[in-house]
This record gives sequence, C-alpha cells and structure tokens, in this order.
Amino acid sequence: MTLLALDWLLIIEKLVLIAIIVFASLGIALYTTFAERKVAAVLQDRPGPERAGPFGLFQPFADGLKLIMKEEIIPNSSSKALFVLGPGLAMTAALMTCAVIPWGASVQLFGRTIDLQIADVNIGILYIFGVVSLGVYGIMIGGWASNNKFSLMAALRGASQAISYELAMGIALIALLMTTGSLSLKTIVEQQMAPGHLWNIAYQPLGFLLFFICAMAECNRTPFDLPEAENELNFGYHQEYSSMKLGFYLFSEYVNMIMSSAVMASLYFGGYDIPFFNEALLPQNIAALVGVGALLIKIVIFIFIFMWIRWTIPRFRYDQLMNLGWKSLIPLALVNMLITGAWILAKL
Amino acid sequence: MNTTEILFFFLSALAIFSAIMVLISKNPIHSVLWLVAVFFAISGHYILLNAQFLAIVNMIVYAGAIMVLFLFVVMLMNLNAETEPQKNLWMKLAGVISGGCLLMVLVSLVRQATDLNAKKAMTTTGDIGLIKNLGKLLFSEYVVPFEITSVLFLSAMIGAIVIGKKE
Repeated sequence: MTLLALDWLLIIEKLVLIAIIVFASLGIALYTTFAERKVAAVLQDRPGPERAGPFGLFQPFADGLKLIMKEEIIPNSSSKALFVLGPGLAMTAALMTCAVIPWGASVQLFGRTIDLQIADVNIGILYIFGVVSLGVYGIMIGGWASNNKFSLMAALRGASQAISYELAMGIALIALLMTTGSLSLKTIVEQQMAPGHLWNIAYQPLGFLLFFICAMAECNRTPFDLPEAENELNFGYHQEYSSMKLGFYLFSEYVNMIMSSAVMASLYFGGYDIPFFNEALLPQNIAALVGVGALLIKIVIFIFIFMWIRWTIPRFRYDQLMNLGWKSLIPLALVNMLITGAWILAKL
Repeated sequence: MNTTEILFFFLSALAIFSAIMVLISKNPIHSVLWLVAVFFAISGHYILLNAQFLAIVNMIVYAGAIMVLFLFVVMLMNLNAETEPQKNLWMKLAGVISGGCLLMVLVSLVRQATDLNAKKAMTTTGDIGLIKNLGKLLFSEYVVPFEITSVLFLSAMIGAIVIGKKE
C-alpha cells in the first residue's frame, strides 16, 4: 500500500463517492426532464406524458432511447473535432460543480470516517465560480463549430449573457462571504447548523434573490433562455446537433439546474441541515443519511420553483435582459454589499 | 519519482505542448482554445505550489473571462486560414532570430540568478498562497500598491467606456 506513497484506500473511497454522486445527479436529471413535462402539463391544464409505464414514469427512458437511436449528423462544413467537443464540455462543466458541494455530514463505514463531500477545498465557492465561467465554452464552441449563422449568434448571446450575470452573482456572493468569513462550503453549512444561528437567507434576503435570478440566467432557463430563442434564432446554438449530442446539451441544462439548486441550498438554506431539529440526537450514520435527504428535498423544491417560473413568465427581449443585468442587478448587489458592510461594522 | 514529480512533468509537458499548438494552429479559434489549455496547465502548477487561490483566480480571470472575450473577437471577425496574410521569408527569419535571442537571454538569466539557485520551490508545504495569508498580506504590508492598482483598474474601465461611447 505504499506504491507512489499514496493513500490508495482514500483514492478508492473518493472514486466510489464520485461515481455515486455523478450517477445520482444524472439519474435525478433524467427524472427532472420528466418532472418538467409534468409540471408544464399541470400548469397548462393537460395530462402530460402518461403512456410509457405507470403514470408515464418510463418516459425519460423512452426519450433517451429515441435520442440514441436517431441518426447522427455532423455537418460537412463544421470543424469536426470542436463540434464533438462542444456537448462534452457543456456536460463536464455542469458535473464538475458537484466536487465541492457538501452532500451530507460524515458517515462511519468499515471503521473509516467518510465525508460525504468529494473535496473540502478552502476556496470552494471560487471553484464553483471558476467552473461556471468555463460552462460558457460548451455553448460557444458548439455554436461556432456548427458553422451556422444562427448558432453563432446564439452562442455569442449566451456567452455575453453568462458574463453579464456572473458579475452580479459574484457581488451578491461577496456580501454573503462577508457575513460567513469563509469560502469553504462545508464551513458555511456548519455555521448555519450551529445552535442560535439562523440560515443565511435571514441575513442576506436581497443577496439570495439576486443570486437566484443570476443562477436562472446562468442555467439559460426561461425567462433568460435567449440563446435558444426559437422565434428569432430557429433553435439556438444547438441547431445543427442531432442524436445524443443534442441530448447532452439539453441534459447539461438540467444538471446545471440541480447543481445550482444544491449550491443555493448550501449557501442560503442550511445545506443538509434539518430545520427545527437537533441532528446530534440521532446516531451518526442515520443523521448523515437524513441530512442527505433534507438536502435533496431542498433541491427538489428549488427545481420546482425553476420550472414554475419557466412556465409562467415569457422570455425577455435582449435589451431588457442586458438592462436588467447591468442597470438593476449590479447596482442592487453593490448596495447590498454596502449595507452588509455597514451592518458588520455596527455589530463590532 | 514521487507523485508531485509525475504531476509536475505531466503539467509541464501539457503546458509546452499546448503553447506550441497555439503557435502552429492554422485556425485562430484553435489557437485561443489551446491557450486556454495552457492556462489550465499553469493553474495546475499553482496548485502543486499550494497556491489554490492563485490557481482558481488564474482560471476565472484568464480562462473564464479574457479568453472568452478573445473568442468573441475572433468569432465575430471570422478569421480563417485563407484570409491570413502571407508573410515573406525574411520576416519569418527575422522573427526566429529575435525570438531566439530573447530565449537565450532569459535562459542565461535564470541560470545565473543567485536568488533562484539558492532557493527551492516549496511544493505543497508553503502556505503563503492560501487566501487567508494572501489577504492579510495584501491589506497590511502591500495595502498602498493594492489600492493604487484598483484605482488604475477603475480608470482603465472608465477609459474603455469613454472610448467605446465615442461615435
């Protein structure tokens, strides 16, 4: 066990954890597509998918099978390597966020204490920020490599939207970090679990609202789905894509949604904290599992709110989108930061 | 060879290979993307030196923002291999000679510098790169240069807006 002086048990443990988390996120994303169709159906007063299996529960598998079976077309005049790279990058960037999210407290297994978090780095939030800013590449590369004017315009739109809203998101986060004093997501969650300390939403209501709006924009969800505005751009940056490559683009949007819900739950809603309940009363392993369940419930609630908004509010115009980002959200975030600073100063 | 050495050589090879690909790619978009790979490799080096904050900021600022703007410009200008102006042989030769001279000066500088010879890079042990220590240092010992830099950035931003607004 001293080959290369590594702790091989730790590496195996982390690999298993990564596999579980990645496959669990993909599984949840699979059923999020189903939930999206059902929520849309309820909001539009129609039954929604109900034919495949009981209550239409096998619908996502039918969809996936359909996408895989479709003929794969790579346009002749595209740059092939980048055309293939685009959807892969979008998916990788979406899944990479899960590394720093604390999915639960630690469990005791086979005499080892296993943290339910892949990496507790002390710059966790900045890491998420970095990965989010890399998500742009999937859209840009895919849009450009298609060699289609509509795709290119959509890709440029998507990138400029993501960059604009990242700024407001970052400033909203700075206000939160000023109150927590730590960049590690695990520390932030543990602070919120401490007795006598409320969830961060109580200290940063405006900050959360800004963060939520920006997260919606980063996920390209309606009302911010300008990169795939069918009425102006045909289909958006993935117009030339077919088969499972298109599936990857569509799927990465849902993975993004899950990850941003998990980040919001951890930052503002106590992460794996169970409200009005002292976890220390339960045995360690059970408390950890119940905590994971609590986090999942919070994620599901956020995803539902995402869908609810999508099927309620129509899409913005492009100038409205830019005005909202630069002229409303960024000044509001700056004011929020100043107020937080004054509050911290007054508390000292 | 321990793990750190293996990672070091892997990252160095990746950085140099990507840097060469930046130069020899015919398509400007490919060049930009290879440059992003270079930044990733350099971020990896920062992590080896236990400077996590520097690594992640390098990724956010360079790979996440500046290179995206590069991509914007290149995509909108629609540069292709065909439209690239052909430089004549003498220009290429002059470029090789001047670049070679610069390389020679840099290499001899690094080999002779007593500062570098005496010191060894602190891999995974130094903690100056952690955000806590970096922040304390920036806001105590180096607070004046830090503030001046931020004023410089602000004036550059205002300047960019003024130039952009001009008809």
